[in-house]
Amino acid sequence: MNDTVVPKVEMRNISKSFPGVVANDCVDLKLRKGDVLALLGENGAGKSTLMNVLCGLYRPDRGEIYIDGKYAEIHSPRDAQKYGIGMVHQNFKLVDSMNVLENIILGLRDEPFVPDLKRVRSRLVDLASQYHLDVDPSASIWQLSVGEQQRVEILKLLYRNAEILILDEPTAVLTPQESHELNRVVHVMKQEGKSAIFITHKMEEVMEFSDHVMVLRKGKVVDETSTAETTPKELARMMVGREVLFQIEKKPMAPGKVALELSHIEALGDRGLPALKDISFRLHAGEILGIAGVAGNGQRELAEVVTGLRRSSKGKLQIDGKDMTNKSPLEIIRRGVAHIPQDRVSVGAAGDLSVASNLAMKQYRSRPLAAGIFLLQNKILDFARTLIEKFRISTPSPKTQVKFLSGGNIQKTILAREIGAARTLMIAVYPSRGLDVGATETVRRQLVSQRDAGLGVLFFSEDLDELLQISDRVAVLFEGKMMGVFDTNTVNIDHIGMLMAGMDREAGA
Amino acid sequence: MKLLFEKRKASSVPALILVPFVSFLVSLVLTALLLEIFGANPFKTFAAMAVGAFGSSHGFAETLVKAIPLMMTGLGVAIAFKLKFWNIGAEGQLTMGGVAAAGVALFMERFLPGRSLLVGALLGGLLAGALWAGVPALLKTSLKVDETLVTLMMNYIAILYSEFLYYGPWRDPKGYGFPGSRMFSADAWLPRIMGRAHIGIWIAVALAIILWIVLKRTRWGFELQVIGASQRAARYQGIAVERNIVLAVMLSGALCGLAGAFEVTGISHRLQQGLSIGYGYTAIIVAWMSQLNPLAVPFVAIALAALAVGGDQVQMVMGLPAAMGVVMQGLILFPMLAGSLFTEYRLSVVRPESKASCPDPVEE
Repeated sequence: MNDTVVPKVEMRNISKSFPGVVANDCVDLKLRKGDVLALLGENGAGKSTLMNVLCGLYRPDRGEIYIDGKYAEIHSPRDAQKYGIGMVHQNFKLVDSMNVLENIILGLRDEPFVPDLKRVRSRLVDLASQYHLDVDPSASIWQLSVGEQQRVEILKLLYRNAEILILDEPTAVLTPQESHELNRVVHVMKQEGKSAIFITHKMEEVMEFSDHVMVLRKGKVVDETSTAETTPKELARMMVGREVLFQIEKKPMAPGKVALELSHIEALGDRGLPALKDISFRLHAGEILGIAGVAGNGQRELAEVVTGLRRSSKGKLQIDGKDMTNKSPLEIIRRGVAHIPQDRVSVGAAGDLSVASNLAMKQYRSRPLAAGIFLLQNKILDFARTLIEKFRISTPSPKTQVKFLSGGNIQKTILAREIGAARTLMIAVYPSRGLDVGATETVRRQLVSQRDAGLGVLFFSEDLDELLQISDRVAVLFEGKMMGVFDTNTVNIDHIGMLMAGMDREAGA
Repeated sequence: MKLLFEKRKASSVPALILVPFVSFLVSLVLTALLLEIFGANPFKTFAAMAVGAFGSSHGFAETLVKAIPLMMTGLGVAIAFKLKFWNIGAEGQLTMGGVAAAGVALFMERFLPGRSLLVGALLGGLLAGALWAGVPALLKTSLKVDETLVTLMMNYIAILYSEFLYYGPWRDPKGYGFPGSRMFSADAWLPRIMGRAHIGIWIAVALAIILWIVLKRTRWGFELQVIGASQRAARYQGIAVERNIVLAVMLSGALCGLAGAFEVTGISHRLQQGLSIGYGYTAIIVAWMSQLNPLAVPFVAIALAALAVGGDQVQMVMGLPAAMGVVMQGLILFPMLAGSLFTEYRLSVVRPESKASCPDPVEE
């Protein structure tokens, strides 16, 4: 590097290995003051490990960290905080039952025994308005949306005078609008001279947010470049190590009989308010119906009604010609319905159980995995090994607990299991969310091949490009209402966008 | 050089096995310190305890007498804990089991001739324990009432109810005012094998093996594992979560109830004071030390029973308080809880960094 300015953060020769894996191999990283650096890489490339080293959660096997050119000893998150380093983790570290103020001062050592909440509040309000991080200081965390909780996490760091903010896949949980707001916040932080590193696999975000980008692959730095001098395609190639097909080959649709039919379905949400209003549509075998919409407009509830996890208060649900209204999840599973749930860590998988157990979870009830009331452990292990190989799930062993796998491999585990159990319908809710390019490609291909195999696929996504590319028809959900169903070949993307925002063409014009 | 805790990439199996043993050793050391303070020689005391618990056939039989209820309640608690259902009501379930068994033995003689009286008493105890545990299970699954509080409170109800019975309506009129029911007919006595130790030991060991098979090798056990790991995941897989929790907790209560039935039919042969002496609470230590593995429960139960019997012995031989055994039991739990850290984390030694092995940066 030819600039003479001392970098804000410099990590030199960082190496870190875990039993059997080299997570970081001689990684160098430089972050300039007031800069935003994107850390790009596939799942398991070592991005999170590197950032956990920087924020004191991991201790590197080798290598040094310099802050403002001076050697820094970082042995704990508290040390990191001393150097102005703070991290917003993917799973927020907030106490649900406490309010925003209490979460902000939680763990602060320089607060007196009885904290002066008035002073904390006024400083918090100042910070919030300075950085456009609008949030009610006395609201309890459980009352806040995911986007608001993220703002609290960022405020927590700013309150601790963080100069270097690490954001681990910050937009994975946000709606497009919230991502946009986050972008604005990052902008203000830059103007204030703060620096940020954010972990991501989304190309658009790299282009939109960052000044520099560093690509990691298998624990090594592939390249470090200025964002302005690169293209998404080039980045994707560096990240995966080969050309990535953003296009997926798709045969023309061969629709069969009706696989799923909803007529006038209504259902309540978790808080007892109407979440689905008069939903009617048909999904044919051999077809992918994409459901567009901003998260929280009834997608989860719709998927739950179809899979029997939520009762419908009105209307009729038919699967493969049979009335399945308000039948139990088991009865619906028995009709060959597979479900990739939105929440893959606590619903889709049981983290404490092994990969093999998780893979067997849909088919343990019958042969060949069970004989009568007994499970056949060897058959289960064989079954798991076959799927691990077929879906290229990267795990040390079938007996490894799922919670130790990366997000992408957890999703592959769920995918492998559900595809094995799918005979009539596949319900996929945000299946590629948070996945890297390679894993996303696998998921999309599998969905298309399910369709080609004659299944009806109900596909929820927030990514309009993905939705239009995969689906045969697209429907839009807004505030629990179906805003219309369109053929993907003829639909206008702007029109879909308008409907997602609740504007009818007539009303919007 | 520095020592640091690091999160492991996978749970450590050796740690899982080693932690209970090391905890036991640590508790020995801690007790030794305590004995020093009391002015007793720790080695002599431990030797006296070991001799007391295992050194004679009488001592060993007494160890088994205490081990049987600990095994049964330990197994019961372990099943409930597997589901993350915090059943701390083993004591009450044991008491109700004893009460029901005594009720059958005392009043059903006419309907249950010969040995069927014993079978009836045992079944009665089993059923009573199951029902007593079923109440908090139903409250939890239908109304989300916290089970910790309900199971604990129900202990007091059960204990006071049993007192009411043996001080009041069931009191032996020929008992010289001593609180307790009349003695059961010999048909309701559980056969003994050695001293006061009865065949309950074989039943308990057999149940431990059966439970292990049920949990590890059957479809139902698999469903319980999934529920224990994540209720939402279980529901999504079509597993009937509520029904299975109620069933498993009732099974947990049934084992504790059977423990109570063993106590009255095998040891006291009547319902009297001393039925509820804390086995149901020690069971929690048994379950944790066994890492909720049924196969480990019999061994842990015997170890803890030996501590209690050895403690009594220490009182007689060394003139120390018998509570020393109980103190040791308590001292085991702390290192256990601390030690479980090692299954998820490892201690790593940080040495001054070794240089080289990274290539020199290429000058541009």
